[in-house]
Amino acid sequence: MFSDYSLAELGSIFVMQGFAGLILFSVFVLMALGLAIIFGQMGVINMAHGEFMILGAYVTYFTSQFFLNYLPGLFGAYFFLAMILAFFAAGALGMAVEWLMIRRLYKRPLDTLLATWGLSLILQQLYRTVFGPREVGVELPEWMMGSLPVTDMVEVQINGLFVMGLTIAITIAVALLMYKSSWGKQVRAVVQNRVMAGAVGINTEKVDRYTFGLGCGIAGVAGSAFTMIGSTGPTSGQLYIVDTFLVVVFGGAQSLLGTIASAFTISQAQSTMEFFLSGSMAKVLTLLGVVIILMLRPQGLFVIKVRR
Amino acid sequence: MSSKNDQSNKFSSTRRKLLMGIAALPAVPLLASTGLLSTPAFAQAPATSEVNTTGLAVTDTEVTVGILHSVTGTMAISETGSVQAEKLAIDQINAMGGVLGRKIKFIQEDGASDWPTFAEKAKKLLVNDKVAAIMGCWTSASRKAVLPVVEQYNGMLYYPTFYEGLEQSKNVIYTGQEATQQILAGLDWVAKTKEGKTFYLIGSDYIWPRTSMKIARKHIEGHLKDSSVVGEEYFPLGHTQFNSVINKIKLKKPDVIYAAVVGGSNVAFYKQLKAAGIDLSKQTLLTISVTEDEIDGIGGENIAGAYSSMKYFQSLDNPNNKEFVAAFKKMWGEKTVIGDVTQAAYLGPWLWKMTVEKAGSFDIDKVAAASPGIEFNKAPEGYVKIHDNHHLWSKARIGLAQPDGQFKVVFETPDLIEPDPFPKGYQ
Repeated sequence: MFSDYSLAELGSIFVMQGFAGLILFSVFVLMALGLAIIFGQMGVINMAHGEFMILGAYVTYFTSQFFLNYLPGLFGAYFFLAMILAFFAAGALGMAVEWLMIRRLYKRPLDTLLATWGLSLILQQLYRTVFGPREVGVELPEWMMGSLPVTDMVEVQINGLFVMGLTIAITIAVALLMYKSSWGKQVRAVVQNRVMAGAVGINTEKVDRYTFGLGCGIAGVAGSAFTMIGSTGPTSGQLYIVDTFLVVVFGGAQSLLGTIASAFTISQAQSTMEFFLSGSMAKVLTLLGVVIILMLRPQGLFVIKVRR
Repeated sequence: MSSKNDQSNKFSSTRRKLLMGIAALPAVPLLASTGLLSTPAFAQAPATSEVNTTGLAVTDTEVTVGILHSVTGTMAISETGSVQAEKLAIDQINAMGGVLGRKIKFIQEDGASDWPTFAEKAKKLLVNDKVAAIMGCWTSASRKAVLPVVEQYNGMLYYPTFYEGLEQSKNVIYTGQEATQQILAGLDWVAKTKEGKTFYLIGSDYIWPRTSMKIARKHIEGHLKDSSVVGEEYFPLGHTQFNSVINKIKLKKPDVIYAAVVGGSNVAFYKQLKAAGIDLSKQTLLTISVTEDEIDGIGGENIAGAYSSMKYFQSLDNPNNKEFVAAFKKMWGEKTVIGDVTQAAYLGPWLWKMTVEKAGSFDIDKVAAASPGIEFNKAPEGYVKIHDNHHLWSKARIGLAQPDGQFKVVFETPDLIEPDPFPKGYQ
């Protein structure tokens, strides 16, 4: 298939294809980070993850509308405020859900699957009733659209760069929080041994609530960022949930590093195969690969030892 | 939406009948004694026993139809417009005096974006409610689920969506375009005016895009001069990452991108095309899956410059359409937009009313037999007519997407196109 093209064309296509893979990688990491915290650290199978993301997307939409109507001069900067609001809105909803529902289910992790699936249906219908069934279009500031021409052929998407930057920032922040702060130490202690953590004076309930809120908040930021590349509607969250679980489970649920490695593997495989094969076929082969590897390594790519 | 339901509930049939019964009681002996009983109480309406011989839900004052669309679940985004259009049409028909002197009352059921639910609700409407017609379904999958039910229980379905063809039923009137009506004229136009020789086909992975692309490919390779397909791609429903295929498109440099991507993928596709620096004012893109409804979610600024091949656009400049758009906005709000399927859904109740009046009966068999040849002059898309094969004669139009989310009509076929659900040489 390459015989018709010049070397320069091929070179630039490979560069762009590599970049497409990196964007997909950032998107996967951003999607999965929140779930990696909730599922990986707390063992809660949160099927409503996508709906928390869409809450972030709706917050972004309303922020953009507010700026358009009242502060048009500052429209170029609204996205940053929107992401912060999305974090707190999704985080607050997450903490409320934890308090109402999840905390009663820590000893029955499989039941969280059903409970959060029900929650996702409720949230979808709530969005549909409150925001209407039609998708909304989130208007982006001018500087975030289009691409930077590097050479004649190679063009770099600005929103791709933005997602990459955001992913790196959030990943570093989460890593610092988890591994360098005393709060992170408490979270890890609770994960590894809930009873002992309680015995040494850690308020496990509070840690749980904030951890769940943090995971949901990050989902909200991800949803906010994805208004740039995807749709915003009551059921849009469903588009992300399968890929998100795929990344987290494949990476090994308890490991943040595993999540990142798995996002990298899957995104590169997916985007390369999409280039050479058709879209549906690429997806089939990716899933097949993941299934085979999980058969050989049921714990996922990276495992840390946890006493249950 | 709830306010509309409330209004229809006001015509609660039992209460009305009761009131009328009370009012009529003293009159009967009086009329009988004066020999006036032979003149029915409703002079213009023929007796129920004449117009309804099969036990449908028809009374002296009312006739019941069903509305069956998804108002919950993933398809609610698309089907909401159809529900709104059907309710508007029913409202307008009632304001004009109804059908055969009877007001239309509707029972609305929710298909919930789930195909077995559609079948179940269709059965409920036909068997329990005995509706005289169903306005409903949207996706091909829901229609395929409902089809055996309406055939078994002998109902009448008015189906609004443009679809892949290869179907025809006594019990269904297809008010949208079948594939050849939507595809062929558009391809001819783009080949002629844009001198498109190479085509890149891209769609979501299910029956409608695949069948449509098959027809498109046959037409490009067999009927257009020196034209070829340089790529054909399908993506799973809900796919949100199109960067790889966009790179492929950049490499192949097709004259025309021909797209049938649907749902959430649609939004992602156009946003990413724009982000990747593909300028739709230079790169010709023709789609068969974007109406004003979809642009709401995609954002006008992301798709401006693309061409869409439909039979109706909200911006159509004719008196019928101006009236329709004004009435629609009055009922559903200034901000609502009207897409191709919404308009086709609006035709359903009107075509049914005219067919019933031509047949002089609500009986399904008589309505089915009377359907071919029904003409509707007041359609927003212009004059339409039902063909013997129960599809509509209609025009094809090309619209150019504008940043404000509307289309500018740049082409329309001079004549109505004959529906051909089983096109020879395209299968």
